[in-house]
Amino acid sequence: MTSSTNVSCFHGARRVAIFGGTHGNEMSGVTLVNLWIQNGKEIQRKGVETKPFITNPRAVEKCTRYVDTDLNRAFTTENLSAPSGDDLPYEVQRAQQINEIFGPKGSPEAYDVIFDLHNTTSNMGCTLILESSKDHFNLQMMHYIKKAIAPDSCPVLLTEHPLLKYSTSRSVAKHPIGLEVGPQPQGVLRSNIFESMRVVLKHALDFIELFNEGLEFPPCTVDVFRVSEKMDYPRDTNGNIIAMVHPNLQDCDWEPLNPGDPMFQTFDGTTIRYEGAGTVYPTFINEAAYYEKQQAFVTTRRETLAAGAIKKA
Amino acid sequence: MEEVVLPTVSRVALCGGTHGNELSGVYLVRERLKRKVEEEEHISVVTVMSNPRAVQQCRRYTETDLNRCFTHATLSGPVTDKTPYEIVRSQELNTLLGPKGSPEAMDLVCDLHNTTANMGLCLIAYSDCDWISLHIYRYLQRQMSDIPVRFIHFDLPLNEAYSLDSVGKHGFAIEIGPQAHGVVRSNILSTMQEGVQQMLEWVRLFNSGTPFEGGKVDVYTMVKNVDYPRDFETRGITAAIHPQLQDRDFCLLRPNDPVFQTFSGETLKYTGTEPLYPFFINECAYYEKGIALSLARQRSVGIPSIRSEREGEQGKRKSSAEEMEEEEEIKGEMEEEGYQKLMEYGEESDSLNGQYK
Repeated sequence: MTSSTNVSCFHGARRVAIFGGTHGNEMSGVTLVNLWIQNGKEIQRKGVETKPFITNPRAVEKCTRYVDTDLNRAFTTENLSAPSGDDLPYEVQRAQQINEIFGPKGSPEAYDVIFDLHNTTSNMGCTLILESSKDHFNLQMMHYIKKAIAPDSCPVLLTEHPLLKYSTSRSVAKHPIGLEVGPQPQGVLRSNIFESMRVVLKHALDFIELFNEGLEFPPCTVDVFRVSEKMDYPRDTNGNIIAMVHPNLQDCDWEPLNPGDPMFQTFDGTTIRYEGAGTVYPTFINEAAYYEKQQAFVTTRRETLAAGAIKKA
Repeated sequence: MEEVVLPTVSRVALCGGTHGNELSGVYLVRERLKRKVEEEEHISVVTVMSNPRAVQQCRRYTETDLNRCFTHATLSGPVTDKTPYEIVRSQELNTLLGPKGSPEAMDLVCDLHNTTANMGLCLIAYSDCDWISLHIYRYLQRQMSDIPVRFIHFDLPLNEAYSLDSVGKHGFAIEIGPQAHGVVRSNILSTMQEGVQQMLEWVRLFNSGTPFEGGKVDVYTMVKNVDYPRDFETRGITAAIHPQLQDRDFCLLRPNDPVFQTFSGETLKYTGTEPLYPFFINECAYYEKGIALSLARQRSVGIPSIRSEREGEQGKRKSSAEEMEEEEEIKGEMEEEGYQKLMEYGEESDSLNGQYK
């Protein structure tokens, strides 16, 4: 397939931000961004302004996910357009500030790319999170990253879903990319997890540099996992959890879950099985922060997305 | 060693949620409270959710670490409306399960914890000569094949002992890892359930008169803590636990072994001269306490055979000073034969004192 007639031209990616501490207890991002604020040599690339930024400093200081409300759910149109004031929850005020600096969301002035660094207690490895299946620039970047870190894998989670998509801090940018690396407990810094995140970011910035230099990226396909359904823990009438992720499912992110497979185990040892129509690929299995969001794991379905050729205009 | 006779362990307290985000204990206690398990053969078990406010918020603590509030000083301090919640709670728990150091205290306090460190199952206690705790340890080691079981000893006198388990006449924490805080892993919960079951089974057997033979057990005695390298001004950490040390709790750390890896990739090595055993490697809650890892010496400790007192029988104590005092008291009351027996025991235990004290 030739690319010369079907190349999408993008403006150069001139303004790039790297967000850490959107959740104050996800330590890889906090540590990396603080490091780069002190000395940003590692993240500099020709022709790009790369800004490292701590999005939720109060939560980082307390080493907690958030202070009033989850910052990574706070970038809704309603919040961003609300009249500003001290009575607003801290994270909503923060979202408005971030929108002003890096946005406004949806406008031509918004940052070109924002990488948002996260950790998870789930065994997700190095996961890239894609918000739109039509973002060819991001698809090409993810294709590049996957090739660069092979044979290690880098699953891509597509959160495009009418109900399950959420308003992230990175969504302020034209091309938002989430980096979710685990497993790592909240509040803990593991050197292997830290290094993995660092390597993925290096490749991402290399891609941006190559793109800005005029390199044309031919059409490609990217295998993704499209989010499908949120699965809560079984609960009693008072809302208390009555079963845990089954040992057969624990740590099996991205592996197939077939109808009839064990899914939960009650406290007295009974197995509860998956009763969906077909095979799904669960992820965010047993993420600590999602107990309060009524999510034990999320199911996904495999899909192959096509990205057209891209080149800097 | 001569057999030691000890009072029955008739009142047991099982505590969870002392740290509200260490979920195995929280779930175990919740289930027990739901099923109202209390009276079991030969023992009464009180089940306690230690820090309900922290549990409700799924946090380690709300104002101050509850598991540092059980020193004599804190337990006897005044309470005002400005007193942190956890200190008020520690005094409540002391009333419920203690008072610490008094004859009314629970016979055994077992406190359930999780750690992000790869420690398997550890019993943590302040004494290396509490035979009840050490026999329970050995029993658990023999009964539980799926997980390593170890005993950690913090050498502190009772009034300085700061954790909940020090409130009982006998006590220890059961610490199981690795598990992220705020998460319940089914395998870790099963392990804790089994540990608690086996412990209660031992107590049941002991109380019903079963003798337990003596022997030797390995104990890790805490020597020192090691903090992260920190930035001079900000006090932020400047290195992470080295990949070659991460998850290697209880693997001997030798001089010059890697300990930290700085963010610029440099390896920092162990500069101590004595090889020691690391544990609590990269425990989340200890960053704020300035602890990256703890170091221990391993020793072999002899434990005597033990059995519980029969009805009417008076337990023998191994402290030679106490024994001599007792001897003097009893001497006048015992008939010739009985007194002779006591003298024989007294001589034997003197010669054994060096071995197990």
